Amino acid sequence: MSGFALRRAAQSLVVLLGVSLAVFALVHLVPGDPVRLALGTRFDQATYDALRERAGLDQPLPAQYLQWIGGAVRGDLGVSFRSGEPVTALILERLPATLSLALGSIVVALLIAVPLGTASALRPRSAVDGLGTVVSQIGISVPEFWMGIMLILLFAGTLGWFPAGGYVPFARDPAGWLHSLVLPAVTTGLVSGSVLTRFTRSSVLEALSAEHVRTARAKGLGPRAVLSWHVLRNAMLPLVTVTGVQLAYLLSGVVVVEIVFAWPGLGQLALQAVEARDYPLLQGAVLLFAVVFLLLNLGVDLLYGRLDPRIAA
Amino acid sequence: MSAPVLEVADLRVRLETPRGPAHVVDGLDYAVGAGETVAIVGESGSGKSVSVLALLGLLPASATVTGTASFGGRDLLAMSEAELRGVRGNGIGMVFQDPMTSLNPVLSVGRQLTEGLLAHGVVTGRAAARARAADLLADVGLPDPRGALERYPHELSGGMRQRVVIAIALAGEPRLLVADEATTALDVTVQAQIVDLVTRLQAEHGTAVVWITHDLGVVAGIADRVLVMYGGRCVEDGGVDDVFDAPAHPYTRGLLGALPARVDAQRGPGRRAPDLVAIAGTPPPPTELPRGCVFWPRCPVRGDVRCETEQPPLVRVGGTDPRPHRAATFYGREIP
Repeated sequence: MSGFALRRAAQSLVVLLGVSLAVFALVHLVPGDPVRLALGTRFDQATYDALRERAGLDQPLPAQYLQWIGGAVRGDLGVSFRSGEPVTALILERLPATLSLALGSIVVALLIAVPLGTASALRPRSAVDGLGTVVSQIGISVPEFWMGIMLILLFAGTLGWFPAGGYVPFARDPAGWLHSLVLPAVTTGLVSGSVLTRFTRSSVLEALSAEHVRTARAKGLGPRAVLSWHVLRNAMLPLVTVTGVQLAYLLSGVVVVEIVFAWPGLGQLALQAVEARDYPLLQGAVLLFAVVFLLLNLGVDLLYGRLDPRIAA
Repeated sequence: MSAPVLEVADLRVRLETPRGPAHVVDGLDYAVGAGETVAIVGESGSGKSVSVLALLGLLPASATVTGTASFGGRDLLAMSEAELRGVRGNGIGMVFQDPMTSLNPVLSVGRQLTEGLLAHGVVTGRAAARARAADLLADVGLPDPRGALERYPHELSGGMRQRVVIAIALAGEPRLLVADEATTALDVTVQAQIVDLVTRLQAEHGTAVVWITHDLGVVAGIADRVLVMYGGRCVEDGGVDDVFDAPAHPYTRGLLGALPARVDAQRGPGRRAPDLVAIAGTPPPPTELPRGCVFWPRCPVRGDVRCETEQPPLVRVGGTDPRPHRAATFYGREIP
């Protein structure tokens, strides 16, 4: 690993430590007693104390933090207040659904953004550019849940092409998995794709005006070679960064879409944890989102170093 | 002079701008003989770069180019994009101003050199292309040419990058090399090295060179002929000695007066050096060219009634017949 990669990895660790502190503090600052909530309205003091002790809530906060973070390093995020199951298992159970949705969405987003953004940049103020602007404006301004409901009404209801919701694990039925993925992935992909379309357009425009593009044309290269190696290859650099951020956002659970499509992902899980004041589960989920974000950023930076020789040096 | 490599006649370039059409090049004629160096000089915005970019179809699509440009018996301006592609980097090589920006920062030097070779079928196969690329880099004086193939532009100095750009331009063994302000962005010592390099390569390969510059020192050193552009028009052209010794156009006289080396040469013993003369005013914007002589608004000797209303024709003021010295002014002495 190069010095650049090591430096970035070390930075990520420091940030992660900060994030874990913030997550812990935030959850404990929120008013409401999780034990009381978990027990319902009728309980005796002995049960209450026992549960508090079992959850470690009777210890001072610094000790609780150390215990939590010490466990987290070993993959033990504690036990859910609500269900009594280990948090790690609950999260792992939800991970495939979220991963499927995030990757599906980013594929849809890139399939929209790269061709449409590039075409818009190649012919500014043309019909294609106008279409790109309208499509991305719609994608950015229309709420995801509404888009999802409209897609369900049209493609699941009227046409009956895709299921209205639910997740089919890939391992059980790959075709069913893809079938169930289409509508939710298109819903979130349209939104991400709209952002990425605008971004692709401006990066390609900028790359097009670079002087080395003129050099490439002066060499006698064909339009395809100029576009792919001297325009898109360079425009890709900023796009990689934004795609990474979009992917991290998608992986952190798209709560609204998951609910619209009854998609058993991490977003749903996190929402349930908030509602139930399920501290261990909430902390685990938020910590995981932070790790995902940091890992993706780290990955993007390392990829960037490979794509842009000026950085890795 | 044998048949010219490039013969440009009545070249006009019009760009559409928000403030109306801009006549960036407004009727330009010139010829470049085999192995000859022609310098096109002028201030920024005089249309000198546009006048060569137009030949290769490298201007934005909104530009309207008319006239003829005969290269190897064919009219470049009548060619399709595909035909032009066969000329670019093959018959005509181009070197651009700033080697910091004219190379792609994310592709290796080898990649940028070989893609042209492969596109034109100069060589076939990666290995042959790399071998040829290394030869080209050695030819332009890059130390460790094989190693340099793996380097990226940011790892090279400005002078080395410009050598790479020259190697790219020469990859197709062009009959004509166009150097567009090729030394402007470089350090003075590096400028001299690049000028020497191009002169040497020209002698070795018999390449004709069009050297676009505003550096009259370079022109005096390397050019056979010089063409002075102002406001999109040629105001004076001729053999470099004719023009430098007896500039006929007030603009050329102004330019030469603004050249430190000339000022030095005029300084005699015991005499105070005259001040460097700058030409007052700025060139006209190409959207608002004057009706008469383009230089009229800034001309120090204007006064002829025709200056303001009539374009002075380019007439012979000296030189000998195959290489006349011509100027477009009412203040030159016309030699019929």
